[in-house]
Amino acid sequence: MIDMSPNLTLVVVIGVLFAAGTYLVLERSLTRVLVGVAMLSNGANLLILVAGGAAGGPPLIGVTPEGEMSDPLPQALVLTAIVITLGLTAFLLAMAYRSWQLHRHDEVQDDVEDRRIARLAARDERAFEDTDTEGDGETLAEEAAIARDETDRGGPGSGAVDHGPAQDDEDSTAGVTR
Amino acid sequence: MLLLLTVHLAAALVAPALVAWLGRRAFWVLALAPASAAAWALAHTAVVRYGRGPVEVVEWIPTLGLELSFRLDTLSWLMTVVVGGVGALVLVYCSAYFKPTAAGLGRFGGVFTAFAGSMLGLVTADDMLLLFVFWELTTVTSYLLIGHYADRKASRRAAMQAIVVTTAGGLAMLVGVVLLAHEAGSYSLSALLADPPTQGPLVVAGIACLLAGAVTKSALVPFHYWLPAAMAAPTPVSAYLHAAAMVKAGVYLIARFAPAYADQPVWQWTVVLLGAGTLLLGGYRALRQHDLKLVLAFGTVSQLGLIVLLVGQGTQGAALAGLAMLGAHAMFKASLFLVVGIVDAACGTRDLRRLSGVGRELPWTAAAGALATASMIGLPPFAGYVAKEAGLEALLHAEGDPLGWVVLGAVVVGSALTVAYGLRLWWGAFATKKAVLTEAQADDGEGGATTTSLAEGGHESSAPAQITHPSLLLVWPALVLALLGVAVALLPGLGEDLLLPHASTYPHGEPGHLVLWAGVTPAFWLTIGILGVGGLLFVARDRVERWQGRAPRVLEADRVYRRSMRRLDDLAADVTAITQRGSLPVYLGIILVAWCTAVGTALASGTSWPDAVRPWDYAAQAVFGAVVVVSAVLAARARRRLKAIILLGIGGYAIAGLFLLHGAPDLALTQVLVETISLVVFVLVLRRLPPYFSDRPLALSRYVRLAIGVAVGVVVAGIALVAPSARVHAPVSADFAEEAYEFGGGKNIVNVTLVDIRAWDTMGEISVLLVAATGVASLVFLSARSGRIFREREAPADRAVWGGVPDPMAAIRRPAGSVQVPADAEPGAPGTRRAGVGTGARAREWLRAGRTLAPQRRSVIFEVVVRLLFHTMIVYSVYLLFSGHNQPGGGFAAGLVTGIALAVRYLAGGRYELGEAAPVQPGVLLGLGLFLSAGVGLGALVFGGTVLQSWILEFTLPVWGEVKLVTSLFFDVGVYLVVVGLVLDVLRSLGAEIDRRAESGEDEVAADAVGGDDVARLEAGETVPARAAGHAVERGSGEGPEVVP
Repeated sequence: MIDMSPNLTLVVVIGVLFAAGTYLVLERSLTRVLVGVAMLSNGANLLILVAGGAAGGPPLIGVTPEGEMSDPLPQALVLTAIVITLGLTAFLLAMAYRSWQLHRHDEVQDDVEDRRIARLAARDERAFEDTDTEGDGETLAEEAAIARDETDRGGPGSGAVDHGPAQDDEDSTAGVTR
Repeated sequence: MLLLLTVHLAAALVAPALVAWLGRRAFWVLALAPASAAAWALAHTAVVRYGRGPVEVVEWIPTLGLELSFRLDTLSWLMTVVVGGVGALVLVYCSAYFKPTAAGLGRFGGVFTAFAGSMLGLVTADDMLLLFVFWELTTVTSYLLIGHYADRKASRRAAMQAIVVTTAGGLAMLVGVVLLAHEAGSYSLSALLADPPTQGPLVVAGIACLLAGAVTKSALVPFHYWLPAAMAAPTPVSAYLHAAAMVKAGVYLIARFAPAYADQPVWQWTVVLLGAGTLLLGGYRALRQHDLKLVLAFGTVSQLGLIVLLVGQGTQGAALAGLAMLGAHAMFKASLFLVVGIVDAACGTRDLRRLSGVGRELPWTAAAGALATASMIGLPPFAGYVAKEAGLEALLHAEGDPLGWVVLGAVVVGSALTVAYGLRLWWGAFATKKAVLTEAQADDGEGGATTTSLAEGGHESSAPAQITHPSLLLVWPALVLALLGVAVALLPGLGEDLLLPHASTYPHGEPGHLVLWAGVTPAFWLTIGILGVGGLLFVARDRVERWQGRAPRVLEADRVYRRSMRRLDDLAADVTAITQRGSLPVYLGIILVAWCTAVGTALASGTSWPDAVRPWDYAAQAVFGAVVVVSAVLAARARRRLKAIILLGIGGYAIAGLFLLHGAPDLALTQVLVETISLVVFVLVLRRLPPYFSDRPLALSRYVRLAIGVAVGVVVAGIALVAPSARVHAPVSADFAEEAYEFGGGKNIVNVTLVDIRAWDTMGEISVLLVAATGVASLVFLSARSGRIFREREAPADRAVWGGVPDPMAAIRRPAGSVQVPADAEPGAPGTRRAGVGTGARAREWLRAGRTLAPQRRSVIFEVVVRLLFHTMIVYSVYLLFSGHNQPGGGFAAGLVTGIALAVRYLAGGRYELGEAAPVQPGVLLGLGLFLSAGVGLGALVFGGTVLQSWILEFTLPVWGEVKLVTSLFFDVGVYLVVVGLVLDVLRSLGAEIDRRAESGEDEVAADAVGGDDVARLEAGETVPARAAGHAVERGSGEGPEVVP
């Protein structure tokens, strides 16, 4: 079994990287956030490595005797993580550039819509109009009076005037405009 | 039963096409689906009678214990007959009811049939989760049916109200089902009812939740309001959903569970209070409605209360009466709705103040209405009478139970109200009313004085409606239902015979009887009294109405609902305002604080600290560690962007040293390469950004950030201390060394892990790279995947690449120019001598596209170095790629080295040089790389292996000698191509494209941002050799603007 007592130097380095990284990530400038993210990922990579055990020889067969090798699995995990961090860095930088193109700075601004909602809520106003749930003072009976199905009225009765179409038109417009 | 459900589903799916093809007649075809269900149930009547109904079980999701299990017992049989029979009749009715041109008939037919199918599933399901699924399906389909006229606000609102109320109840029911099933240990309905858990608070909560579902679905007080509002639905929907089928689902649930739980106090109180309340409230409010459908709707509410009271009572007699009432109600109420639909179609209104003489014009309709009404108010010899008699009889026998007397009183009063509104309904629909005639013909206001209720709507609305004669086809479904109400009552002992099996599962009381004449019993006298009082109430209808109008208005449930929805919206807005601040730092801060608290607590309380620590493995670690710490702190404090980036780079290189010391040469190599490329990319973008971070004056928030940062650092350091010693198992990588050589054919375990042992992981990771590269390109190029490739021969002759800054050496360069750089040109006067330079000049160029650069940007030393280094680097990268299987290296490292080589070419020669170095679209590289990795992995399948399995091929080449080829090499080549593609994409978008924009004026460079153009400045004014470092150069001092003459 590999020696599992922690290496203080690395512990301190990890702590500092995370502290500085977090401090920077909480900034508004995208560049600083990016530097913070890079530090955090460096710290996380070290953390994975430390969790895998103490230092050893490089995990190359033939170079290091098998018992003295450092754990290769965390190394494989960290290796891809490093390259992915490069991809992430490039992507965030492209975002910073785009932000500069649009706003002439790379600051992460507050979400305008969220602030509008907060402002309206503070004044107890509604952020949207929902006429379907608002009561408009109409009673059930009034609503029922204008709700008619599109029915087949059949032929005119004895002497009755067929005013079906006119009636229907009236109803459908009433239904739509309200 | 699955077959029947499939028939319904198929009918629902083809309904739109069918309606488009056959028009209204399609409803006849659709009616076959529910009709088949009813016929199937009727065919099984005999076996169901003896308790041997069909059972069907199909495993669905065995891991959840969910099965498609159905069975037909007496209760299900009754419900199936009702659901199928009424459904078929209503569909037939639809074929004549709607105009042929009516909108959305296809959708209507489909949803209607789907509803019928869901209802069928609901009443036959034997698995409680399945029951819930069908329950919610009926909710959704009823939502669609109520909101059929989606252009009307009333319809939309009613539909929304119905779905909110019934879904809320449905979710409560789900909780109840889960609780009860947990206690019973099975989701099977029959198993639960055979041995119901009755003890414990969980069971009580489960029953309460179950009842919540039933109460909302069956529109009991205080959730009754959705049902009258749902009258906005087309009348056939009201007839089916709101009389026969959906509202009965709640009743079904109560009837299903009553044998097991009717003794529970929570059950008794709920059923009695809500049932009686609903019965009385519905009847009371029905008396005052003018719209016939609303009269029926409140009447339905009232009757549902009655049925729930009876089936939930818990005695056999009451249960029998309740079941009979359920069937009778389905028949007469559906029939009445259909009749009202006919009246509506004939007269164009349902307002009983405008209807007069309809009975004379439509005698068959009036007859059907009369039969159904008689059944509803309980006149002999109709089914309603038989059921109500049995109910009164059963309640009279509930001795010694005070609740029983309350129920009896409620039933008697409610029945009297039923008589009153039933008579008023028929009178309102069909009678010839003098008041209406007088007023309309003579415009005589006095005539209406005696009947204020009729005059209430004003003169206009009391004009009598014209009557037309709709198709007779409309009448007979109503008539069939009404006549059935007589037939079942007249056949002696039929109902009792059929319904008794379920009623006898109730634990208490004596079996009841369904008979037309039981002699002169107390119940008989009660019936006489009910009819008398009801009749009086009808005669005095105007006075009753006026009195109701004067009565103080109590809180209406509908208004409470709307107000609470409004409050809910407000609450949502407030919660949004509090939690959703829209500020990234705040969000992150909250997340991090929560994380620190949770993990920190766990660290402090639940872990054991290591017994021993080592200061370091090698003392050199402390040196590298110190560099990392110092650079991190300085970078966090830096105010200049470039300074922060460079410090970050230094830290990164130091970490590579730590990797190396830890025994990870692959990591160290990759880290160094990545740091280098990162620096280049950073600087490329920093050209555009202001040189300094903007000031953040809020000192307090800075300390908060600092505090959070320190907290996170401390917690993570704690994790790093605890994690190594927390390991309890041998690492999975213990055998990697052996496996890597045996199966992977490589000595570099890390590389074999990447390309073989954990190749799936790597595949996912290179996909991420591809996505990132595409993201970068699309953020910069915006409209296309990537721009064109800049080839040297297409370059404009003005040599303007990276121009735009003054050329301090112009004066010196001019005399020497003709010797050293023949194609020299001043920035202000674009060179036109290109043709004269020709190929001879190119032959002496160190870089192919060097002459496209602005002269002040060129550096001979840099060009020479690049010229010498480029190919060496490419060869080295190929070496890394092929040797990576056995030594440090591999696809990632090789790709990064190639990427750096390309970056160097770009830095030395500009975008045309990059185009010459890599005349290929990065997308091609990315795609090819992923294809190689994945494709070769799939190729293993062809040879009978598993995906991504690798083979070791050993053979001897004539000159070469021994060759050992591992197929995972192709995977590594794929990785290599993806990485190269990523770097190339970044260089082309963040480098070349930004250059092009700046030069073409597309990116207006702000005055204050020019200072950020550090690369330009250092190239303009600083020592040229320092550029080999590329990035690590401070801003030059010699930036005096030299005016070019």
